Amino acid sequence: MADAELTATESIDLTGESGPIIEFKDVTITFDVKPVLENISFAVDRGQTLIILGPAGCGKSVLLKMANGLLRPDSGSIRVFGQEITTMRERELFKLRAHIGMVFQESALFDSLTVEDNVAYRLHEERVAEDESHNRVVEALKFVELEQAIQKFPAELSGGMRRRVSIARAIITGPDLILYDSPTGGLDPITSTTIIELVMKQRDVSHTTSLIVTHRLQDAFTMASHRFDQKTGGMTPIPKDGPERGLDPGTKFLVLNDGGIKFHGTTEELVHSDDPWIKEYLA
Amino acid sequence: MPFKSPEEYIKQTIGAVQEYSVLCWTAITDLFSGPRYWADIFTQMDSIGVGSMPIIILTGFFTGCVLALQSATALTEFGAVSKTGSLVSLSMVKELGPVLTGLMVSGRNAAGMASELGSMKVTEQIDAMRALGTDPMRKLVVPRLVATVFMLFFLTIIADAFGIGGGALMSVAILGLNGSSYLHDSYRGLVHGDIVQGLTKPLFSGFIIATVGCYCGLKTTGGTQGVGRATTQAVVLSSVFIIIVDLLVTRAMIGIFGS
Repeated sequence: MADAELTATESIDLTGESGPIIEFKDVTITFDVKPVLENISFAVDRGQTLIILGPAGCGKSVLLKMANGLLRPDSGSIRVFGQEITTMRERELFKLRAHIGMVFQESALFDSLTVEDNVAYRLHEERVAEDESHNRVVEALKFVELEQAIQKFPAELSGGMRRRVSIARAIITGPDLILYDSPTGGLDPITSTTIIELVMKQRDVSHTTSLIVTHRLQDAFTMASHRFDQKTGGMTPIPKDGPERGLDPGTKFLVLNDGGIKFHGTTEELVHSDDPWIKEYLA
Repeated sequence: MPFKSPEEYIKQTIGAVQEYSVLCWTAITDLFSGPRYWADIFTQMDSIGVGSMPIIILTGFFTGCVLALQSATALTEFGAVSKTGSLVSLSMVKELGPVLTGLMVSGRNAAGMASELGSMKVTEQIDAMRALGTDPMRKLVVPRLVATVFMLFFLTIIADAFGIGGGALMSVAILGLNGSSYLHDSYRGLVHGDIVQGLTKPLFSGFIIATVGCYCGLKTTGGTQGVGRATTQAVVLSSVFIIIVDLLVTRAMIGIFGS
């Protein structure tokens, strides 16, 4: 277990409280010789959900990893919580990441640890007392409706269950920002809906700023047109005749293609876009 | 497999040397600052040290047996068969004990480290660890480095002891030598410099096994096939490095102690 020297509770100066949570400015990253992303600029405000769409291999996951400092861009500026992370030392990044939750494409659970130890990983690093840690793990697993699997190992879980454990691990410390990398990738439609409902629950109950990478348009539009209802414990469509006209105002879209941004805006702007490529992509 | 141009090959090799050097330097500097993962260090000590005991005991014992039999054949020609103990102990303590222990632990643990870390790398567990605010160098590399260097030192002593013991068994049971005079001769044949030389080598070997194993694991790409490749590379590179460094340490020790 780690010494108390570097812990998530160690406070980081979250300047820029009023500014955007994430801000990319002219970000370019190249693998080998070909730029994967070129001159990417966008911002995500507090409480906003940005859904990142695009064809396979367009750099969606790379963008997400750069937002967490797991990859460094070749040029440009990335500010997270108002702090420039492109020049930040890895040790400083660890402190910043204590405020960021991340759900990986293939869950990336530690296969030698039980579900409880996986979910409590961050708490163990912070040297949280065992009793408190257990209670918080149970609470997080209840959120993803998986408390019965607490003593299982990842290999004993289905793909959808692993993804839910991954979400529980990401939210256990109540992060200010959550990054979802294809949370429904490779899952059947029913399980995908369950996962999307959880993502929506986190958005509407905790109001956490989030970036969601997906290639499933259906999931993206479900996120934009539904809201989690705490009374029924499920998602319900946002009324079209209401002030929000059937769409969540805090959910925006970013569409990537060929290393650049094809679209950045609201759901309404996306569906009414005149860009032929966007039209074909959405068709 | 496509051929690489010489330029590309040289660039890749220099890049790999640079990355390996950075890993070694980071691991060394991380030793002197927190956070420290003591539980992981003890787990690795158990896995590397206690787990390697059976193969080290067997290797040391049978090497000592064979060494006694082979050397007795040559020594008989000079009427010096009574010197078998001295020859076995010198060979075991200065050379065979440290090198064979290093090679055996390399085969077992460098491969283990490369495959474990490689699997974590290809399944994004290393990235997940970083995303959760944990430094993989401190959590994964430093405990393995500390455990390997520390335990290889003691494994070498065990291999030396069992090698001398195996030589004694052969000398008494087959060559008809007196057990007491064998052990006395073994003891008298060793000087301070021999012990220092024999116990300096595992410190270097341990460092090589841990850093090469971890480096190959952390640089794994290409799925399960890549994990297999990393494992093979780790064993081959660490074994070759151990033998090369053995030569360098031997030469340095001869320079210091004169024999």
